[in-house]
Amino acid sequence: MSLKRKIQDLQKRKEQVLKGGGERAIEKQKAMGKMTARDRIIELLDEDSFQEYDLFVEHEARDFDMDKKVLHGDGVIIGTGRIYGAPICIYAQDFTVAGGSLGLMHARKITKIMDHSMKMRIPLIGINDSGGARVQEGVNSLAGYGEIFFRNTLASGVIPQLSVILGPCAGGAVYSPALTDFVFVVEKISKMFITGPEVIKTVLGEEISMEDLGGARVHSEITGNAHFYAESEAECFNQVKKLITYIPWNNTNKAKQFPPKNPKPEYKISSIVPGDPKQPYDVKDVIKSITDDSDFFEIQKLWAANIVIGFGRMDGETVGFVANQPLVLAGVLDVDSSDKSARFIRYCNAFNIPIVTLVDLPGYLPGIDQEHAGVIRHGAKVLYAYSEATVPKITVILRKAYGGGYIAMNSRHLRADFVFAWPGAEIAVMGPEGAANIIFRREIAAAEDPEEMRKQKIAEYKEKFSNPYVAAAKGYVDSVIEPAETRKFLLHAIQLSANKTVSMPQKKHGIPPF
Amino acid sequence: MEKKTKFKSLIIEGTKYRTHYNKKFEQRTAWEKPDKKKIISFIPGKIVKINVKNGQTVRKGQVLFILEAMKMKNKVTSLINGNVKNINVKSGEMIAKNHLILEFE
Repeated sequence: MSLKRKIQDLQKRKEQVLKGGGERAIEKQKAMGKMTARDRIIELLDEDSFQEYDLFVEHEARDFDMDKKVLHGDGVIIGTGRIYGAPICIYAQDFTVAGGSLGLMHARKITKIMDHSMKMRIPLIGINDSGGARVQEGVNSLAGYGEIFFRNTLASGVIPQLSVILGPCAGGAVYSPALTDFVFVVEKISKMFITGPEVIKTVLGEEISMEDLGGARVHSEITGNAHFYAESEAECFNQVKKLITYIPWNNTNKAKQFPPKNPKPEYKISSIVPGDPKQPYDVKDVIKSITDDSDFFEIQKLWAANIVIGFGRMDGETVGFVANQPLVLAGVLDVDSSDKSARFIRYCNAFNIPIVTLVDLPGYLPGIDQEHAGVIRHGAKVLYAYSEATVPKITVILRKAYGGGYIAMNSRHLRADFVFAWPGAEIAVMGPEGAANIIFRREIAAAEDPEEMRKQKIAEYKEKFSNPYVAAAKGYVDSVIEPAETRKFLLHAIQLSANKTVSMPQKKHGIPPF
Repeated sequence: MEKKTKFKSLIIEGTKYRTHYNKKFEQRTAWEKPDKKKIISFIPGKIVKINVKNGQTVRKGQVLFILEAMKMKNKVTSLINGNVKNINVKSGEMIAKNHLILEFE
């Protein structure tokens, strides 16, 4: 055969395999409102940047007549490409081939690209769309999952790992996304659960739809398993692309530097926060009044909305923001908001992203359900995450900083590099109402008019302690600044911290209160 | 964020804050003190055998009935010494979660 003929032969072979599960299966996939695996990769990556590997891989299963079945690519596509120029390793499960089920060779392809991403120290994106384990392959299929989970764990904190859920992802399969940094879900398309509705019905007699059990909304709002929620696959891919611009390729790099921009003039930092600490406002407006071009890329927008986390840029550098949100549950720390912020702080620390913390919280959420859900253990995560973080850590106390909440929100005592406070900050063991009731209990009880006495004592306490100056007098606050000076002080602090060096005690790893 | 809805109030350490609630907070259930005199199903399943009768005196640790769930036959034992007042199930009956199965006097 001449080379020309051989090239034609290659083209023919490729054409055959590129059809995946065939036209009927592709039609079915599209009827479900889903793109095909290959289209997804092409849509996500820079134009013409995708290079595929292991196209001709075939499964080796022999039992249950599997030896007679041809599964193109064994139900998964792997390769490399670029997103806004950044190199990416990617795999996408192909639901049109045996329902994207995971067999041994399917798993080997995935682990191959994972190994590649670790060797080259570049981000890994996994697009999940699979019916689960390929039952015909038995324990080999389980072995495949195990190999993936192991690699997810070793890669954690070394390279960014993104999981895009674009179909079912059930049973053991959910643990790969759960081990990665960010999970993306799409309305009506993503379904994640350990045991599905059918099993629940047979075993427990309870009926629930897939959507209500583990749909995109559920994981974005109730469980917190997902980080980004989109209405369509196209919107989801834009979120993935945007995220990639904020994070570095690996843990030894910094995120890409962008040209600096000023915040938009419509965000007026001095008129966002009401003077009365009992009044709500949207803390995201404060973030947007600080960041370049007033851009803020929020993570886990719908879950535990009493704390806000996400990325913004300051003078072109990526900054991680953690901010109490007075608009929801008065911005308290509770089980979910602690989990949410602690994990994000650890992410920023692992990937060299400075953390700016904006504080305005009344304390912890009281309640039997909170105590019984282990708010002690969960709340401890925030202390742990801030304390162990060695990236630049800067705090701005906007208003309230009461009690344990004050300590937890990157206080000086957890080795914050800079702590700034606005003149309206109230740094105290608790709010004036609560404090006056305890300190002046006897005077209030003995007074002729206890209510009047209570009011007087609250005012007295407020005058004396509800300000930033008691903490500033001890050096717990470095500077009391005007709101309008915030960006200037933050930029200075971040630039000054570029070569920050701190030493940590030698250890294998800590024992965080997971 | 639904900015148009009315704010609610949340009291923390004596101070009343104006704010929104989230779904989880709104859906939280009130805590109830466990009552040892009421045997309530912790899982849906089938009552395969009832070992006691109405009015019978039972001792702590005595098997009251067998609840089959998750392919397991669970022996449900009494937490107290006492007299059975009401048995709300029949042998062979399927029951839901949180079903009051049996009560003591």
